[in-house]
Amino acid sequence: MKGGSGRRRTLPGFGLTMGLTLTWLSIIILLPLAGLFLKSFELSLAQFVDIVTSRRTLNALKISFGLAFLAALVNLVMGGIIVWALVRYRFPGRRIFDAIVDVPFALPTAVAGIALTTLFAQNGWLGAPLAELGIKVSFTPLGIFVAMVFIGIPFVVRTVQPVLIDLDPEIEEAAASLGANRWQTVSRVILPSLLPALLTGFALAFARAVGEYGSVIFIAGNLPNVSEIAPLLIVIRLSEFRYADATAIAVVMLLVAFLVIFAVNRMQRWAQLRVPAH
Amino acid sequence: MPKPAIAVPLERTDARSEPRWVRGLLIGFTILFLTVFIVLPLVIVFAEAFARGTYAYLAALADPEAQSAIKLTLIVAVISVGLNLVFGLIAAWAIAKFEFPGKTLLISLVDLPFSVSPVISGLVFVLLFGAQGFLGPWLQDNNIQLLFALPGIALATTFVTFPFVSRALIPLMQEQGTAEEEAALSLGASGLQTFFRVTLPNIKWGLLYGVLLCNARAMGEFGAVSVVSGHIRGETNTMPLLVEILYNEYQFVSAFAIASLLALLALVTLVAKTVLERHLDEGQRPSEH
Repeated sequence: MKGGSGRRRTLPGFGLTMGLTLTWLSIIILLPLAGLFLKSFELSLAQFVDIVTSRRTLNALKISFGLAFLAALVNLVMGGIIVWALVRYRFPGRRIFDAIVDVPFALPTAVAGIALTTLFAQNGWLGAPLAELGIKVSFTPLGIFVAMVFIGIPFVVRTVQPVLIDLDPEIEEAAASLGANRWQTVSRVILPSLLPALLTGFALAFARAVGEYGSVIFIAGNLPNVSEIAPLLIVIRLSEFRYADATAIAVVMLLVAFLVIFAVNRMQRWAQLRVPAH
Repeated sequence: MPKPAIAVPLERTDARSEPRWVRGLLIGFTILFLTVFIVLPLVIVFAEAFARGTYAYLAALADPEAQSAIKLTLIVAVISVGLNLVFGLIAAWAIAKFEFPGKTLLISLVDLPFSVSPVISGLVFVLLFGAQGFLGPWLQDNNIQLLFALPGIALATTFVTFPFVSRALIPLMQEQGTAEEEAALSLGASGLQTFFRVTLPNIKWGLLYGVLLCNARAMGEFGAVSVVSGHIRGETNTMPLLVEILYNEYQFVSAFAIASLLALLALVTLVAKTVLERHLDEGQRPSEH
């Protein structure tokens, strides 16, 4: 069946590149992840539940998920303000501030970790004035929260930025000319069109903060049940050769991560439906 | 006097702008927040690194342990960036230039490492290659050391940095379509010629962009590498791992000296990224709007 005349011409190499892609993907990503799930099947359901609901694990999961949620909320609000100021206003240093929003992406997490710890330590530049107000940051759950806020900064800003730039100015003008005041225009016209991007950024920041390790462990204090995050507990269980425990915690975290990806994909589709392509 | 005596209102009545005080407040919040969370941490890295002067800083970097960490970090980055460069290109070709069922799923799978905790990215390799792992006994019998050695570190880093190159290329290549390649092929160019003479020049900035980000992450990866490295001093410590060890030993100048190199790498990466983004924007949108 060679060279059917009506067929659209396509480029060569599909079979080869697709084969290599799938092979490489399987070796580096899929097989190792499958190994994790396989390992967890060595546990009975009761054992699995036992591990995951043990006091220390449950507390670590609560700390990781709870603080990540709060940090992502801060990222949502502050990210919204930052992206608005960066896109809509002109002020000195705007381009530099725009560029450094990506620092948490680029700065190695261990560097961020020791920098934040030193900054917020009781004798640190910010820690000292805060200590006088009676607020301790480094080596407390508040420190974990601070590190998670840091690591999540770019997500909301970078997901909302292109949408806000492309937002049609006419809809705002229309709202204003129909008698809406500025606040009504922002809250009823602009905010709803940014909502999918805002929520996507929130979800990405949340997912990142839940799994974050390097920037958190220095500032956390790492007290079991108080300031011990789930990824650290995985590392501790591994060092104790309690592989089953480490695996069970990892499976719970992975399942939540998959849920977040799924939600983000759905949101992106929703956004595409709401905003017709122009 | 010919000039009108009426003061020009300072407040713009444009329907698309906020009152002056709101603008001031939002700009103030932005500057304060980014200064506290980003500028100060960056500044403190260098302040601490040079806290005891330039000599102590240089001595910390000249230390044999630091040297071996720098060397290992560079080797690991070359391996994992090289692998991801080649396979990122291949994957981007397959995904961006063809239509096939399951495309969205494949893209999600390629992006998967972004959503996995770095610690878990290390853990999966311990479960595969560790003494209690699936392949552990076989590796031991054949005297192959993957874990707590260079191959394990490179593998975990490759896992973590897997999406960077293809993710930078796929949207770019999709936008460029297949017309130019089809023209080259119809003029008699071979597939490889088409790739190297048509596709590659078109995507070179996007490729550089992906490689830069991939490299920054590869050199800075901490969680995944920490799990598979074994922390053997002078042997399996990358720069981020050495930062941790020195910091926990209260050798702050040394820890921050090495951290300052990594921070410098991050800053250079960001500058290059900003320049490249302008390049890419110009290529994609002929007119500024």
